[in-house]
Amino acid sequence: MPRRRTDHLTVAAVVLALTVGAGLAAGAILRPGPRRPPDSAPGRTARRSRFGSYQVAGRTVTIKAPRSRIFQMWRDPQRLADFMQDLSDVQVSGDQVTWVIDGPSGRFAVETRLVEDRENEALAWRSVDGADIDIEAKVQLRDSTAGRGTEVEAHVAWRPAAGIVGQWAATLRGADPGMRGKQELKRLKMLLETGEIATSDNRPKDSGKAL
Amino acid sequence: MRALTWHGKHDVRVDTVPDPQIVNPRDAIIEVTATAICGSDLHLYDAVIPGLLPGDILGHEFMGRVVETGPKSTLKKGDRVVVPFTISCGACFFCTQGQFSACDNSNPVEKQEASELMYGHPMSGLFGYSHMTGGYPGGQADYVRVPFSDVGPIVIPDGVPDEQVLFLSDILPTGWMAAENADIQDGDTVAVWGCGPVGLFAIQSALLMGAEQVIAIDHYPHRLDLARGLGAKVIDFKQTHVLEALMEMTGGIGPDAVIDAVGMESHGFAPDNLMDALKQKVGIGADRAHALRMALLAVRKGGRVSIPGVYGGLADKFPLGALMEKGLQIRTGQTHVQKYTRELLDRILEGEIDTTFLISHRLSLEDAPTGYRNFHGKQDEWTKVVLTPGAAKGV
Repeated sequence: MPRRRTDHLTVAAVVLALTVGAGLAAGAILRPGPRRPPDSAPGRTARRSRFGSYQVAGRTVTIKAPRSRIFQMWRDPQRLADFMQDLSDVQVSGDQVTWVIDGPSGRFAVETRLVEDRENEALAWRSVDGADIDIEAKVQLRDSTAGRGTEVEAHVAWRPAAGIVGQWAATLRGADPGMRGKQELKRLKMLLETGEIATSDNRPKDSGKAL
Repeated sequence: MRALTWHGKHDVRVDTVPDPQIVNPRDAIIEVTATAICGSDLHLYDAVIPGLLPGDILGHEFMGRVVETGPKSTLKKGDRVVVPFTISCGACFFCTQGQFSACDNSNPVEKQEASELMYGHPMSGLFGYSHMTGGYPGGQADYVRVPFSDVGPIVIPDGVPDEQVLFLSDILPTGWMAAENADIQDGDTVAVWGCGPVGLFAIQSALLMGAEQVIAIDHYPHRLDLARGLGAKVIDFKQTHVLEALMEMTGGIGPDAVIDAVGMESHGFAPDNLMDALKQKVGIGADRAHALRMALLAVRKGGRVSIPGVYGGLADKFPLGALMEKGLQIRTGQTHVQKYTRELLDRILEGEIDTTFLISHRLSLEDAPTGYRNFHGKQDEWTKVVLTPGAAKGV
């Protein structure tokens, strides 16, 4: 009877799949491979996504502009809020920088302190003690190969936690912070290379960020 | 304004939509005086290119008069311009290399993810095409917002009719780049699959670049006639074994270069093509690559393969072995239109290139849906449709 035969085949296939799957899983657990020496790739491209208790995301974009021009833009982060879509405001007071971020689940602020300031090379901000989240963000500038401009590398490391922060971290994961960060870097690139940010809208937006 | 909008497979309509406005400093607004339906619009009409949304304005071959300029535009009100279908910033690494269709800065950031996933990298913005290339409203409309108007549009001297220069927007440079990509040497034999507008312009360009013999392959008698008129020999694949014929017509060597001006919707009843057609119908992103497979088998050892035909997804049964074992070179890509417009305009003005021979029908924009239906369904007679905005229906 064709129908029973199909059933038998299905059962056999499922059993086979489970057996093979379990075997592979057991093999992976019982016989871990030898520890590999590190390669040349940046850590955030590793197959693992956690570094100790931190999660890491970051991107690199090459911008045809001198390092000093890009550095000035980051050194005065209020200018970033003019075009970065997730950044609604930045308040600067000395070394203290408060980033007001429009996340998909609402607006929140992260208080940070400038912890690294190497002219035309690197800037880093770390959340202050008692902030809602434990996070560090860093921007590094390098001359590109073949004179193509400046490689701008931005990355963020944060410690997922409970409460509102955990919620934010979960949101970040869902929204892929690496991707969102890359999009913001590309907007920066467009602005510096062409003086505007490309849009296919046929009319200016009434609200939002106009240049 | 009035515009031709896409609503799904084989469903295009002329709707009234809001007029465009200046958005960015380098923008200009063009009042369209002539626009054409392109073979690649038929890929959209057939819904085989991903990333189109209902209501999108189609059209990427257009020209017109400048009616408004942003503060950083270099155009002047009243300038007559042809607008390249590729939107390019002119400043990024790729634009400065002349690779305008690879522009980094014209495809809006939020639209880049899909093509990055599918192709590894996002390409430039294009007018009237997929949202993977920006979803920019197209030129089959009364007005178009043209970004980076200081880079793309080429100003046309008064007194030159629209029809002589309209095709600088896409198909003429596309045919020219196809021939350039075939790296033609004096005395070469070049085989061209597809005698649509791009194929015909590729034939014309190949002869200008020094090909001694061009062999055109199609199955529409009228299109083969047009190819013959340009000086090509022709093969009708409905009555001739193409591979055998190409070998016999080249002394058993094979063409030195081959040009696939067919792309992803190959015609014909070869078994591989029928399987591809089925897969395309059920929507698993397969391109019908029959013409390209034939071209790879036909081209001589160490020969050159140029692909102006549009592909968007994946192909299987691809003769990778022929490519490697015969040591072939492939060059392809969306056209770097801005790289060619100046030179080709000069050749038109000098009378060296005629572009009007392939226009078969002239319609009002209001009749654009009829144009699509016939350009799609009656390819033998309907070789190229030029639309005029503002004219009454039926004119």
